[in-house]
Amino acid sequence: MKIDRRSFLGLGLGAAAGIAVSPVGVKLTDDSSIWTQNWPWTPVPEDGEITYENSVCSLCPGSCGISVRKIKGRPVKIEGDENCPITGGGACLHGIAGLQYLYDPARVKTPLRKNGKRFEPISWEEAISTVAGKLGEIRENGSDTLGLITGGAQGSMTGMFRRFLDAFGSSNAFAMPSLDANLELTAQTLHGAGKTLGFDLENSDFVLSFGAGLLEGWGSPVACYKANSSRKERHGKLYQIEPRLSNTAANADKWIPCKPGTEADLALGICAVLLSKNLFAPGVYPGGLNRFTANVTKQYSPENVEAITGVKAADIEKLAVEFANAKNAVAIPGRGRGDQGQSLREFAAVQTLNALTGRLNKKGGVFIFDKESYLSFPEAAMDEIAEAGAGKDKQAASLDELVTKINASDAPLLNALFVYNANPCYALRDPKRVKDAFKKVPFVVSFSSYLDETAMEADVILPASTFLERMEDVPSGGGLAKQVVGLARPMVNPVFDTKNPGDALIALAQAMGGTIAESFEWETYEEALEAIAESVWETLSEEGYAVVAEGNPEGIPTTNFAYMADMPDAVQAQGDGKLILMPIDNMRLTGASSPFAVKTVSDKVIAGKDVVVEINPATAKGLKDGGDAVITTPVGKAKVKVFLNEGMMPGVIGMAKGLGHTYDNPYVAGKGVNVNDLIAPVIEPGSGLDAAFGITASISKA
Amino acid sequence: MIHNTKAHKFGMLIDLDKCTGCGSCMVSCMAENNVPFKEDESRKKDSITWMRVYKLTNGKSFPDTEVVYMPRPCQHCSGIGDHGHSPCVSVCPATATDYGYDTGIVSQIYTRCFGCRYCMGACPYHARYFNWWDPKWPEGMENYLSPNVSPRMRGVVEKCSFCYHRYQLAKDKAYAEEREIEEMEYQTACTTACPAGAITFGDLNNPAHKVTQIVKPDPHPVPGNPKVVGKSRNPKVFRLLERLGTNTKVYYMSEREWVRKAGDNYLDGEWDKVKNHHGAETSHG
Repeated sequence: MKIDRRSFLGLGLGAAAGIAVSPVGVKLTDDSSIWTQNWPWTPVPEDGEITYENSVCSLCPGSCGISVRKIKGRPVKIEGDENCPITGGGACLHGIAGLQYLYDPARVKTPLRKNGKRFEPISWEEAISTVAGKLGEIRENGSDTLGLITGGAQGSMTGMFRRFLDAFGSSNAFAMPSLDANLELTAQTLHGAGKTLGFDLENSDFVLSFGAGLLEGWGSPVACYKANSSRKERHGKLYQIEPRLSNTAANADKWIPCKPGTEADLALGICAVLLSKNLFAPGVYPGGLNRFTANVTKQYSPENVEAITGVKAADIEKLAVEFANAKNAVAIPGRGRGDQGQSLREFAAVQTLNALTGRLNKKGGVFIFDKESYLSFPEAAMDEIAEAGAGKDKQAASLDELVTKINASDAPLLNALFVYNANPCYALRDPKRVKDAFKKVPFVVSFSSYLDETAMEADVILPASTFLERMEDVPSGGGLAKQVVGLARPMVNPVFDTKNPGDALIALAQAMGGTIAESFEWETYEEALEAIAESVWETLSEEGYAVVAEGNPEGIPTTNFAYMADMPDAVQAQGDGKLILMPIDNMRLTGASSPFAVKTVSDKVIAGKDVVVEINPATAKGLKDGGDAVITTPVGKAKVKVFLNEGMMPGVIGMAKGLGHTYDNPYVAGKGVNVNDLIAPVIEPGSGLDAAFGITASISKA
Repeated sequence: MIHNTKAHKFGMLIDLDKCTGCGSCMVSCMAENNVPFKEDESRKKDSITWMRVYKLTNGKSFPDTEVVYMPRPCQHCSGIGDHGHSPCVSVCPATATDYGYDTGIVSQIYTRCFGCRYCMGACPYHARYFNWWDPKWPEGMENYLSPNVSPRMRGVVEKCSFCYHRYQLAKDKAYAEEREIEEMEYQTACTTACPAGAITFGDLNNPAHKVTQIVKPDPHPVPGNPKVVGKSRNPKVFRLLERLGTNTKVYYMSEREWVRKAGDNYLDGEWDKVKNHHGAETSHG
């Protein structure tokens, strides 16, 4: 066939029309777009009915109510619970990121036993019988060589552990430093034993904070956020005294920079002004007021205090008058989160200020609570060994002293050690010495959920279910103006082969037999909790919360000035470096953060694998913003990056807490250094607290 | 049967005096919207944070330094003259991002996006993020992902949606119950998470909503700059780079003048001329 011009055009047009009409082109385009958008590796989350269940977060002492959103029974999001009597619906970033803890790469997935340097998985039966067997041997040769370290001292879980120690015959129970313990110690020193302090921030019109990081995680963090916000609406004032422009200082009405570690001196300076100007309120002062007045006015004149703190004498006088004249004022102690590196001297000085100005048990002031316990354990069964052990003294007054004693002694001071809800090999100052002490304890049993720095030192790990996988009572703490207990309920079945530590303890007690088993005659921890918390169980199980104490207690408690009248010495930072290294509590970092939380952390805190330290440009001679530097303290050395910050007092270096983890979670660990590695503990005489808030240091270009 | 007769215009007010920089909003957003994370998130340019909290300082030296935190979600620009031509929508060749005239929300459709990133270049607020890598969760962690927001893949842009799925859920419920959606039924995840109560969210077209009552948006164009509509008549309230005429629906509030000044770039001496024109004086209504 001859193709002429006409047929060529016709064919061409026909083909064009054919292609245009044909579905092939469209189909191919569609296929290719589907193919290029076919991402089989991108998860497609399963859909289903949405439900909400309430529980309580126990990641910190805040005891915030949470609402867990589930899709077909699968938890997908944590939010605040609007009915929570503490938070009224707010939540902090760590609680919201709570689901990430369930699947944390560092979780202990099954019981582990150390074999040489490595851990090997074992069954629960084997783990329990191993521990029971070992403890049985140890008990024969001295029951008081079993020690216990817990995170806090409240709640039924700690109660169960302490009960095990009682039944075993040891009194060596220790707790990590906490704001609660510091407040109790302060109350005991000034107002008598069995009491604690609660600050009515929600109703206070003038909060004078001696370094308390109200927005840095002090106390019950969300409750503090709420109170701070309501303060803005009530036009209440907040003055923040601390060396660094923290978030609290930035949000306050006035930032009063003072030299690190001199908060107590400023409080005493204010007391001196009040006493010399006769601005103090009448109160019940059974002992030492005259001596205190004489000593404090002599030693802490505004001029002397200016020399110590760096705050101008005239400003101190003005501040004192302003505080005394405010209607519902309160002073709050506790640098940063108020848990670590605190001194009784500071807590007591600040509380003395409250007492002198008549803020005790007043609205917007400080409440002196009797420590209410909603828990009542039945009498533990005691055999001869237990009775003998109960009569013996504790090996040390505090955890820090215990560590020192273990390291100093040639023979093992403890033959076995339980660790629950605590990571002392990371969180105490100079953790290397804590690890050394752990190595000297022949048998360490960890009840950790994560293979963290302390669990790594254990011989057996009985892994605990996380707060989303178990039931537990969660008592509020942290200086709240009310005492509430919440009930954490299992939101999901344990993801791994873990147990509620209470159940692990019951199984262990049963395996030990004798009176120890008799002391733990419950089938499950949940059954035990119901019995122990009987006084509040009905409300607790139905509402999810029970209010134990609320409102200001009646009457004005007595204040004993004996301790302060002795003018206890300030604990000085160790070393003779020219600068002070100060740890920074940052709300976005905790002792063990989640990937989400770490993601929010500023590049002025973490830069790649380095920690960034803050320093005033005037102090940072020769150092460049963003440049490398080396910090040296009497205990250690660290490579850091520099952030020149006008919000730091000259002479101070700030370094974030919560970094430098070494466990197997690349999203959280392996970043920066642990500031505790650079700080040595300094024990305060009398209180036994590790009162070193910082340490002297030098910094130079790397 | 109720018909959707009136267009919404969802907007937000963030009280910078209340914001404490705690980070709850950022994490709540990440958890709500299946935002992924990487091992190193300290390179902030490739760190995907739909809601990002910036730290501003007044630039003064010790001890007069002040700091304020500024949360920055997508600003959901209504564009010049409030006509819906937001900077990103105008440049998207794939219609992967669009302006919802019924909600005022700027959408992002991941499966349409082919990753040209014009929108990122156009956005004056750095509110858009590109997925340079496929998301990766540690073993088992995908279990917490929400089905209401599709996980994204390598090669697409993502950003804050004002938690649009929450609007859909609330709207569906209201529709089934034959009523209008109520103010508190649709709130973004950052708003509900904020423990300081610094964020107020609602319909700027609804005078009964708290956000409208505080912002008091001026419906008339600003004299001398007709591009700008919806300027706040509250002297404490401002928007970011307001005079560009992007007409953002995220408003900020502060008592402090230096904070309000930080909302835009001013030539020397310019602020003193314009600062008093902020608010009631320039309005018609």
